[in-house]
Amino acid sequence: MKKASLLMIIGPLFLLGLYVFPLWNIMLGAPQYPDPLGLHIHISGLQGANEFDIQNIDGLNHYIGMQTLPKPEDMWEFGTFPLIIGIMVAIGVSIGILGYFDKVSYKWFIGWFALMSIMGVLGMYDFNEWLVDYGTNLDPNAIMKLTNLDGTPMTYKPPLLGHVKMLNFDVTSLPSIGAWLMFLGMMLTLTAGILGWKNAIKQ
Amino acid sequence: MKINNHLLTTFGAFLMLVSCGQQNQSSNGALSSSAAEKVYVAPGEQDEFYAFLSGGYSGNLTVYGLPSGRMFKEIPVFSQFPTSGYGYSEETKPMLNTSHGFVPWDDAHHPDISQTNGELDGRWIFINGNNTPRIARINLSTFETEEIIEVPNSAGNHSSSFITENTEYVVAGTRFSVPIPQRDMPINEYKSNFKGSLSFISVDPEHGHMDLKFQLLMPGFNYDLSHPGRGKSHGWFFFTTYNTEEAYTLQEVNASQNDKDFIAAVNWKKIEEYVNNGGGTKMPANYAHNVYDEGTHTATTTMNKEVLTVDPLKVPGAVYFLPTPKSPHGCDVDPTGQYIIGNGKLSADLTVHSFDKMIAAIEGEKFDGEAYGIPILKFEDVLAGQVKSGGLGPLHTEFDGNGNAYTTFFISSEVVKWKLGTWEVIDRKPTYYSVGHLMIPGGNSRKPFGKYVVAMNKITKDRYLPTGPEMEHSAQIYDISGDKMELIYDFPTHGEPHYAAGIPADILAPKSQKIYRLDENEHPYAVKTPTDAKVVRDGNEVHIYMSTIRSHFTPDNIEGIKVGDKVFFHITNHEQDFDVPHGFAIIGQNTSELLIMPGQTKTSVWEPKQVGVWPFYCTDFCSALHQEMQGYVRVSPANSNIELKWSLGE
Repeated sequence: MKKASLLMIIGPLFLLGLYVFPLWNIMLGAPQYPDPLGLHIHISGLQGANEFDIQNIDGLNHYIGMQTLPKPEDMWEFGTFPLIIGIMVAIGVSIGILGYFDKVSYKWFIGWFALMSIMGVLGMYDFNEWLVDYGTNLDPNAIMKLTNLDGTPMTYKPPLLGHVKMLNFDVTSLPSIGAWLMFLGMMLTLTAGILGWKNAIKQ
Repeated sequence: MKINNHLLTTFGAFLMLVSCGQQNQSSNGALSSSAAEKVYVAPGEQDEFYAFLSGGYSGNLTVYGLPSGRMFKEIPVFSQFPTSGYGYSEETKPMLNTSHGFVPWDDAHHPDISQTNGELDGRWIFINGNNTPRIARINLSTFETEEIIEVPNSAGNHSSSFITENTEYVVAGTRFSVPIPQRDMPINEYKSNFKGSLSFISVDPEHGHMDLKFQLLMPGFNYDLSHPGRGKSHGWFFFTTYNTEEAYTLQEVNASQNDKDFIAAVNWKKIEEYVNNGGGTKMPANYAHNVYDEGTHTATTTMNKEVLTVDPLKVPGAVYFLPTPKSPHGCDVDPTGQYIIGNGKLSADLTVHSFDKMIAAIEGEKFDGEAYGIPILKFEDVLAGQVKSGGLGPLHTEFDGNGNAYTTFFISSEVVKWKLGTWEVIDRKPTYYSVGHLMIPGGNSRKPFGKYVVAMNKITKDRYLPTGPEMEHSAQIYDISGDKMELIYDFPTHGEPHYAAGIPADILAPKSQKIYRLDENEHPYAVKTPTDAKVVRDGNEVHIYMSTIRSHFTPDNIEGIKVGDKVFFHITNHEQDFDVPHGFAIIGQNTSELLIMPGQTKTSVWEPKQVGVWPFYCTDFCSALHQEMQGYVRVSPANSNIELKWSLGE
């Protein structure tokens, strides 16, 4: 149980990486953008992969009537997510410490993992909702109003995960360092839970 | 990869077909498939070297890639350039100011890249204006002309603009000797009255700013070309002379009478010390110093009123003459600094002087008379050797860093490769035709990059498809990586390239600037956000503070302008994206269009002469909506009372 508890203490700390590294990354390459434009999505806001990328993405998107990219104050998520992550790290580490001193059982470990997973899924759902709004809620006076082959208006929702060809742009959306660190940390807490469970069976 | 290989094979086969076809027509079609491979830079790939070719009478500097021979850019230097508005925009007009007024043209000759410890550092490139003596400095991260200084007491600024091995000085010598100071006097009193000035212009190590530190007033010869000492001879500068006869008419004949002219060896360190200790004579002068400020995107002119002159006789041991046969033209110093090569243009041979022998002769005071008090060393005492080339009319020599030298021969139209020290000729290859300068990247520094030599010719004739009587000059690229030179490419250049300077791409390319930062734009008429756009009247001057971004001008409707107004369009490009310039043109513009780079502000003056509603538009195809990037100015009669009004999207 000591080993499991140590993992439970260390695991949540990996989530602190989210304060430094981006959670997600969307790259937009095109023939005339051999160095792709890029968006780093942090839990506290958006950043361009290069200094002027946000301005340049907004500049291009105005032709097809997309909204400008949100600033931190434009979305409640960018205020709330850092808080939630902070609280979850504190709870996770506390559970680990309590586990180390045999005050709580491995079930708490699994409970933290489950809660974090649910919140992760909710976060992804929320992120996808924003992508849908961003890609489909277009200015009716847009300069270019393009339609699909079937006559329906073309929309520009970037993929949640993976690659999509969108007009002249290749859009690739992938988890970034922050997400990978979070994933690693959560796997550590899951391992902590499994170790604790095996320990419990043995006794 | 497979596709690429297939393409290459196909392309290779195509080239072979082409070359076979050419061989049938012409015997000198030297293009073989291996030569084609050597110069072929595949689509999407980049060249190994930058080559900066002077434009001669175009007044500008052109940028090429080696080995492809593709032209990348023309940098406006001494000539007005309607493409970008250089010399037409309010910001850049001062760049072309001189003591003779606004001079919108020059004859640009010898580019030289800045050096540190004798090696190319790629910070700046300098070039001389030959006609109205000027030296320009171009920034090699923006590739823009940043500074032009006029050289007083000079005429035909030809033995210029060569730099010392730590860019302490850029040196400018006069080709024509003239009365100094200029005055009204009979031409036939030339002898002993005219003088030749050699100007040492210091370069600020941080910003590159030039300052005419001192001028050496030499006898009235013609100072043709020059190069700095390097390594052991650092601190010396060498100038070829012709017309030591001091002829003032029919120089063709009268300046070709002496069997030997001189190479002037100038110990500039000694003169610098003399000047730093208060030596020299201040002489009234009037010369322009034009500096472009990157923050304000604006040039200003300062007229300097004084120059420090030095009489060579006042600084013992500072100047010696090395007799050199047959009106030497090029003056080149090998990478070690040991050999000084005089290219006697009316001779078949090259004369090579030894720096060590020169020093020994000076220390032994073995003089062979003097000229105007300047000691002449004995030819035999300083001679290191002679290259018996068999060619005719040697002009210029460059070096490959492996102990070989390459000399152009104008009359016999060839490049000759020879060995330093043994003076034996190793190889010779024809040029097409009548080659002037040649260039090996870094070939006149301590560290040449001896892979290619570019020969720049004076005569083109049948090399390309004919284009009437006037043609661009031809240039050839030779691979010099082996024992024998191999002609691998032939390409037309722009203007008349005299000298050129080359540098490995990996030194320059990474620091090439992509945009100007809008947040660092300090232009007094810049608009930082479109909401600051406005129109302000001051008497009959109207200032329009305008911004551009894909794909509109702010404002794009302007009313209240009157016939007789002087309208200043101050245009700021709000893009911060690489390679998104906007242009500006308005009907009846008496200057030129503007091409404004991202983050930059430029100003065009427009003086409407007719009542009406006149359009303006973006000249650079900036975006899909480029055609819509346009606007109108309403021009009312001079006596009307229409209020100034401006708008966008109303």
